[in-house]
Amino acid sequence: MSDRTLMCGNEAIAEAAIRHGLDAYFGYPITPQNEIAAHMSRRMPEEGRVFLQSESELAAINMVFGAAATGDLAMTTSSSPGVSLMQEGLSYLAGADLPAVIVNVMRGGPGLGNIAPAQGDYFQAVRGGGHGDYRTPTLAPASVQEMADAVPIAFDIAWRYRTPVMIIADGILGQMMEPLVLPEMSGRRRERPLWALTGAEGRQRRIVRSLYLGDGELERVVRERFARYAEIERTEVRAETRGIPDAEVVCVAYGICARIVRAACARARTEGIRAGWIRPITLWPFPADAIRGASGKGRVFLAVEMSMGQMVDDVRLSLLGRAPVRLLGRPGGGIPTEDEVLREIRAASDAARAGKAGEP
Amino acid sequence: MKIVCQRPPVLFDASTHYCPGCGHGIAHRLVAEAIGDLGLRGKTIGIAPVGCAVLAYFYFDIDMVEVAHGRAPAVATAMKRLHPDKIIFSYQGDGDLASIGAAEILHAAQRGEPFTVIFVNNAVFGMTGGQMAPTTMDAQVTATTPLGRKHKEHGHPLRVAELLATLPGTGYVERCSLHSVAQVRRAARAVRHAFERQAQGADGLSLVELLSPCPTYWRMSPVDAMKWIETDMTKMYPLGRLKG
Repeated sequence: MSDRTLMCGNEAIAEAAIRHGLDAYFGYPITPQNEIAAHMSRRMPEEGRVFLQSESELAAINMVFGAAATGDLAMTTSSSPGVSLMQEGLSYLAGADLPAVIVNVMRGGPGLGNIAPAQGDYFQAVRGGGHGDYRTPTLAPASVQEMADAVPIAFDIAWRYRTPVMIIADGILGQMMEPLVLPEMSGRRRERPLWALTGAEGRQRRIVRSLYLGDGELERVVRERFARYAEIERTEVRAETRGIPDAEVVCVAYGICARIVRAACARARTEGIRAGWIRPITLWPFPADAIRGASGKGRVFLAVEMSMGQMVDDVRLSLLGRAPVRLLGRPGGGIPTEDEVLREIRAASDAARAGKAGEP
Repeated sequence: MKIVCQRPPVLFDASTHYCPGCGHGIAHRLVAEAIGDLGLRGKTIGIAPVGCAVLAYFYFDIDMVEVAHGRAPAVATAMKRLHPDKIIFSYQGDGDLASIGAAEILHAAQRGEPFTVIFVNNAVFGMTGGQMAPTTMDAQVTATTPLGRKHKEHGHPLRVAELLATLPGTGYVERCSLHSVAQVRRAARAVRHAFERQAQGADGLSLVELLSPCPTYWRMSPVDAMKWIETDMTKMYPLGRLKG
């Protein structure tokens, strides 16, 4: 019997990870995600697993690297400034083909910014904030239930494709409480993969590395990795859509913004405006096909995000000029209100009906 | 015929990429002998640094991981916490451990993580072309101290072993040198002890600092480099057991 309970999003992520069989959690305090480490510090030792508060986010991500190299399920969580510090480690995880899950409960930026909810780290997550040629599969939950649900999906992708995976949420999703059903406690012990470092007893030694100095060697390694990325793009795209078939205005939003957009679209419908929405659940791979598929004649797209226009670039790239794209972006911890989104939907509808939708 | 000297089985039969007269070859041998003699090969995981020894995994016949510059103690912490039965060691140069990785080694030591650190101090960044390290000697000429290291401009040489020995979390700290046969034998005992006490489950971090020659970037002959360790480096970095 699964238990229905009430939790904040941060605790939901933590408990879902424990139930999924997390072996080790490493983290450094930063608002607004401190509930995760607090939960882990109590629950992980209860389960006989490793919890460690690191001296920095740099150390935390490298502890994750160490745990992943021995074939253990490892996770770290942080918020924007801390995730910036982890980018070195993300690049090394990608370069060494190590699976791990990194959670960013985003706050306002750049710099120290503020501690209000934001989505300004979209580029950092989906374009790869670390150096080098790599991709990071990125999940964007939109409810406390989805915070919990994202964890096993993230670990499955990480282990199937041997890659770090990010879950990006925002301060609202981290802090707000909603009822949810947690997954069952999993029977934990897995076979250690053939690349895991366990000591070379009775076998040839193994190496985990990201340095390839031989002529053409690194190019081959990166191409092999991108073949896995192509497979991720084919099979791991996730999105939710509603009201698309007859839509004149197609909203695109992820995370908490998608909840606001959903409510605004419902109100627009009561006013006779045919508004629909697409909610990317994976930000990379981005649901480009769903967006392109919604680009009927005369339609206008409206991207809504808590940043000055980051996801909107992926909407435009998905459409390749097939439809005009408008943006409602709020930076610095500003949260679009339902009224604000509704006004933009009305304006987009007016433009669509006038046939003057603006620049594609 | 009696074999009086042979390659330790934990080292591959490979030519290293190290410069003539470099100390890493000796240090590698000491580590390999300790692991082999103590019968730890099958449960040891080594961590290679960024620096001249980044390719150490091509020479050791053990499981190894190459990690980001200076972060080996964080990686080792996770491995040892998850697998207390394994023997975890980091092999780090002075740029890696004392400069960019100063925070990671300090905090691993203050937490008392019971893994082994082999800290190779050659007073210079070797791989990148002989720049100043925190351990660079007073007045030492490097690629980035062309007029010699001066306190006012470049700070003082950093005595890592002394610093870490003050922490309750370190269980064993010793500084040795590779500049003579007698010193190498002493270093061999220290390296062995640093692995042995981990294998026995002793508390605290075990760290052996090895003063090691870099003739290439000291601009000396290998023989003069060995002499310079004895005449100059050991004054700044006195040899001996600091703790444990």
